[in-house]
Amino acid sequence: MENIISIFVKSIFIDNMVFAFFLGMCSYLAVSKTVKTATGLGIAVIFVLGITVPVNYLINKYLLTEGALIWLSPSFIDVDLSFLSFIMFIAVIASMVQLVEMIVEKFAPTLYTNLGIFLPLIAVNCAILGGSLFMVNNEFQTVGQATTFGLGSGVGWFLAIIGIAAIREKIKYSNVPAPLRGLGITFIITGLMGMAFMCFMGIKL
Amino acid sequence: MKEKESLFSPRNLKSLTGPLSAGNPVIVLVLGICPTLAVTSQMKPAIVMSLSVMAVLSIGNVIISLLRNTIPPRIRIIVQLTVIAALVILVDQVLKAYVFEVSQKLSVFVGLIITNCIIMGRLEAFAMANKPWPSFLDGIGNSLGFGFILIILSFFRELLGAGTVYGYPVFEKIGLYSTGYVDNGLMSKAPMALILVGILIWIHRSFNKDLIESK
Repeated sequence: MENIISIFVKSIFIDNMVFAFFLGMCSYLAVSKTVKTATGLGIAVIFVLGITVPVNYLINKYLLTEGALIWLSPSFIDVDLSFLSFIMFIAVIASMVQLVEMIVEKFAPTLYTNLGIFLPLIAVNCAILGGSLFMVNNEFQTVGQATTFGLGSGVGWFLAIIGIAAIREKIKYSNVPAPLRGLGITFIITGLMGMAFMCFMGIKL
Repeated sequence: MKEKESLFSPRNLKSLTGPLSAGNPVIVLVLGICPTLAVTSQMKPAIVMSLSVMAVLSIGNVIISLLRNTIPPRIRIIVQLTVIAALVILVDQVLKAYVFEVSQKLSVFVGLIITNCIIMGRLEAFAMANKPWPSFLDGIGNSLGFGFILIILSFFRELLGAGTVYGYPVFEKIGLYSTGYVDNGLMSKAPMALILVGILIWIHRSFNKDLIESK
């Protein structure tokens, strides 16, 4: 249980997707103009990460790693399909996004209209594929840990995009040097936010 | 039948050189930010990354351009992702075989070329509507524009963060440390990469006034 909590906190603050690994930057910059749309995308990301990471965990454990196919027949002990992981993961993500979209449309039409075009966009958000790839690197023991990691990373991304969207709404009224307006200042603010998040891991220079 | 265009006609040349400055994928179109920031703490991984992206983007562009009339529009994203993922697996295997340490350093970011928005963006916006040769040039041009930014960033980050250029200890050789100079370790951390990109955009836009955003 302690382990689960520490994975959760670690994936939100210390290994924050945006500030520590720069994942999902494209949509982070494009969709952070207002807090409202940022919230929509953030929730969708939590949702999709929470589903795809455990699914990819199972696929990786029972199909791809060396000797994983042993449950089919003992003669598969030497089979190592891990080079297929990229294509499997992206296929799972693309189909999961499609599936989630259909389910949400059927059972929660209001949420569907709120999320709007963000759901399909998520298939190419690198935070999602990154979540699965880091999950492989971290070598989690159980599905529970993998799910926690997925949800935690999603929450971390959610916090980051809400933060920047709120700052951007305020900064509209400030007098930023013309060439820095818009994109440039957003990068610099993200850098400053990243420095603040560095305090969680303790700075080693 | 249209008359045949020469291989390096002005229009083709434009798709090669445009992405270097005015249509730069990183600092103007804001595509492919994640790898730009993540692999630029040293020059070597940055160069390897640029070359990998160049291989995937140019070959992917040609393949999609050849297939463009046969791909049903509804499933085109899946088709594009499959082509990209297959190419990235090839690149990953080549990197593991020939430059193993760099491939370790790049870790998940080789896999993340799949979701590099430059690649999806160019396949969708250019290769789906153009012939193979212009698509190939567009791929090369965009990856050059991407690599250009990567090399500038990694040069400054490596020089100021570790005092080396491509692994060669410049500051140590010219004896800067004996005068009391200390490396700025923050340069190789994540936040400085973001701030450097911000400054790069600032400089670029001061020279290209038409890119300045309206208030």
